[in-house]
Amino acid sequence: MNNKIYDVIVIGGGPGGYVAAIRASQLGLSVALVEDKHLGGICLNWGCIPTKALLRASEIKHMLDNVNEFGFSVSNIKVDIKKVTERSRKVASQLSAGISHLLKKNKVKVFNGFAEIDKNTDQIKKVKIKSKDGINTELAKNIIIATGAKSRNLPFVKSDGINVWDYKTAMTPQDLPNSLVIIGSGAIGMEFASFYNDLGVKVTVIETLTNILPNEDEDISKIVQNNFIKRGIDIKTNTSLKSVKIDNNSVSSEISTDGIKSLIKSEKLILAVGIIANTQNIGLEKFNIKIDKGHIVTNEYLETDEKGIYAIGDVTGGPWLAHKASHEAILCVEKIAGLSNLTPLDKSSIPGCTYCRPQVASIGLTEKAAKIKNINIKVGKFPFIGNGKAIALGDSEGLIKTIFNNDTGELVGAHMVGPEVTELIQGFSIAKKLETTEHELMHTIFPHPTLSEGMHESVLDAYNQAIHY
Amino acid sequence: MSINILMPALSPTMEEGTLAKWLVKEGDKVNSGDLIAEIETDKATMEVEAVDEGVIGKILVTEGQESIQVNQPIAVLLINGEKLSEIVIDDNIPEEPKPKKNVVNDTNNEENDLPSLSEDELISEKTSFVQKNEVLNTINSNRLFATPLAKRLAKQRDIDLSLLTGSGPNGRILKIDIENFKEEKKSQVDNIPLSNNNSELIKNSSMRKTIAERLVKSKNEAPHFYLSIDCNIEQLLKARSTINSKSNNEYKISVNDMIIKAASATLLKVPKANASWENENTRYFKNTDISVAVAIDGGLITPIIKNVEFKGLLEISNEMKTLAQKAKEGKLKPEDYIGGSFSISNLGMYGIKEFSAVINPPQGCILAIGVGEQRAIVTNNQISIATMMTVTLSCDHRVVDGAVGAEYLSKFKEFIENPSLMLL
Repeated sequence: MNNKIYDVIVIGGGPGGYVAAIRASQLGLSVALVEDKHLGGICLNWGCIPTKALLRASEIKHMLDNVNEFGFSVSNIKVDIKKVTERSRKVASQLSAGISHLLKKNKVKVFNGFAEIDKNTDQIKKVKIKSKDGINTELAKNIIIATGAKSRNLPFVKSDGINVWDYKTAMTPQDLPNSLVIIGSGAIGMEFASFYNDLGVKVTVIETLTNILPNEDEDISKIVQNNFIKRGIDIKTNTSLKSVKIDNNSVSSEISTDGIKSLIKSEKLILAVGIIANTQNIGLEKFNIKIDKGHIVTNEYLETDEKGIYAIGDVTGGPWLAHKASHEAILCVEKIAGLSNLTPLDKSSIPGCTYCRPQVASIGLTEKAAKIKNINIKVGKFPFIGNGKAIALGDSEGLIKTIFNNDTGELVGAHMVGPEVTELIQGFSIAKKLETTEHELMHTIFPHPTLSEGMHESVLDAYNQAIHY
Repeated sequence: MSINILMPALSPTMEEGTLAKWLVKEGDKVNSGDLIAEIETDKATMEVEAVDEGVIGKILVTEGQESIQVNQPIAVLLINGEKLSEIVIDDNIPEEPKPKKNVVNDTNNEENDLPSLSEDELISEKTSFVQKNEVLNTINSNRLFATPLAKRLAKQRDIDLSLLTGSGPNGRILKIDIENFKEEKKSQVDNIPLSNNNSELIKNSSMRKTIAERLVKSKNEAPHFYLSIDCNIEQLLKARSTINSKSNNEYKISVNDMIIKAASATLLKVPKANASWENENTRYFKNTDISVAVAIDGGLITPIIKNVEFKGLLEISNEMKTLAQKAKEGKLKPEDYIGGSFSISNLGMYGIKEFSAVINPPQGCILAIGVGEQRAIVTNNQISIATMMTVTLSCDHRVVDGAVGAEYLSKFKEFIENPSLMLL
């Protein structure tokens, strides 16, 4: 043990942790980062990024299947799933190496190992790092816990990596199964459903709630649901999984739809039923750190009840999104560095994206949530069928829905489904951040021909001024 | 070539004025420096000099015309034997800055080739510089940064955005600031009952606003502290009656005149009190230029008696009378009241015993004079009666410390109680 006392030690190298470390270094703080497995975290190694590589492959497959429409003919299309996953892994490792380079460039000391925090003095915290080379101890004035989360299992069924898959196995299949049951219709479940369906797998989605993508606006969920059903995906909402029986090469899932039980057989089953925060064995119990429903509780500047210990990202409350973790990382470090004029995170302005086909992106309140809050709203809707660029792309299924406060003109929410909407949503993010009203949005010039014109039209429609619908 | 003679800005804050008197008439030949008109503002009456040589071609405003905007043309000066018929006159008030070409048709002026220069910018460089700066300051202090939503909410809820502090980047006012403000405002309204008393709104004159601005600046920026001392003025009164008894009605020296002299004499003894704070430096004045507060209709003004150290009581007295008269008639020139190193304010004639005056920035001290009155005093275990006067010195602590202020007052007392020392 040396005498160096870091300003900040970050625990976890995901999109929360590594961003925190780089920002801390930019602000002149001495900083170390402890990572147990892989720099970049789940997001980069086993989440956001590799799944996007997979979905790119299935999107190409879908285009090849429909290439006649554009005047081409191809035959004998074969899927080599090993090559598809290989590419996905390559993308992940390329980016992980990139993170390592960025940390080095920013003079962040990286420790490979598992960290456990402990008390030292009032002002100084101890971090024990267990690695294959033994244990060493580092000291820091501030600790940022960015340990993330892992996928949840159900009480009666656990992922085994053979028949019952978690996201990791689902992302690296050895072979394409004939049939697949996906438990949970959140972003992860829907992305795998879309991917495997496009590659020709018979997919069934089980959702306990009334709508798939239950966090999205109902109009949006319905469009995705209709699209999935048309593609042959079996959607079972209001349905819960009761038990799972595994035989040699098949899974029997007992499900209950509105109290009526039935049995589905499939080759594989994917559990996509949420996450559990990684709060175990990292020494939290030694401190006055509150945990609520498994997640660390912090104040608006991400500080826990223990002075000098911060928590960001998935280990804290939702939404559990990489960009929320990164944003919290910046805010938290700037707070530690004593920067002024900081604005706490506004959770109503965090965009959410799902990269299934068709893509889904949204920000702010759904129509239902706005009504529950008794907001007097005005709703605008514009279908992509009225958008020239979408028709030219051959991808005109979808809708842009905007919700305004009728009294003030505040953009309360925006919900989109359709081509590239995950790239479009930032326009509404900026609008919300700058607190624009319908006036500024209506008088913004959107370039023609683009998909983004649909955003403009949706705003116009809310005030009965849409031109192309 | 012809030149427009423009309404001058007699002070940085002047926006308009009255043409009190024309000292020239059309056809008169003028040389640079000749007086051509008298202009009256809220503060003073000033004479306007001709800048160029020429013939008054046309007078554009009549005598007594009020509210003439600064930079409005008031006359046209013909140069180089030009004839009036050769020029086109546009005597409209320039509402918006326009290219000079529209105002006077002078094809020889090279500046005409610069269409981006507005008329205002082509006036004397110094004037337009001051004005532009002012406009800029106004913009800076008035520009509010608020999000569109915050602006709309403020409008809907009738909230004055300038009362808010924004919590957004660079102080931008956000929706949340409006929401928080509403609560504050409500609680204030709940606490303060609205008065239904009869009242009358009187528009603040520019003098009133200038006074307000200067006093607020003084109280905000200069850390004031106050020292008081009682002076026995028996000797002073005796000296005064001796002086006045020999006057043959040619003069009448007042107690105030003698206080002005004493204040100056004291400054020579305690030069550290004759100072002004200038942020990076402190300025110590060598002259004793004494500003004397004079009440005038609608406000007050401080004409200056300069170099009091070289002046006798008679000169001080005569000058004070002239300045006070000019002040009351609004005829002080800026140099009569701008500057000064030390101020005196005397409310003795109202029977005020003592008071604390607000420092006249950028000066460092002001001496507040109370009434001379008979009081019971104790000397050598004996109660006796003497005419006493309490004076209070307000000091800007940035330049004058307590010991300096105290030294000033004790020396001042010495002069007042032994007026013959002022002869030294």
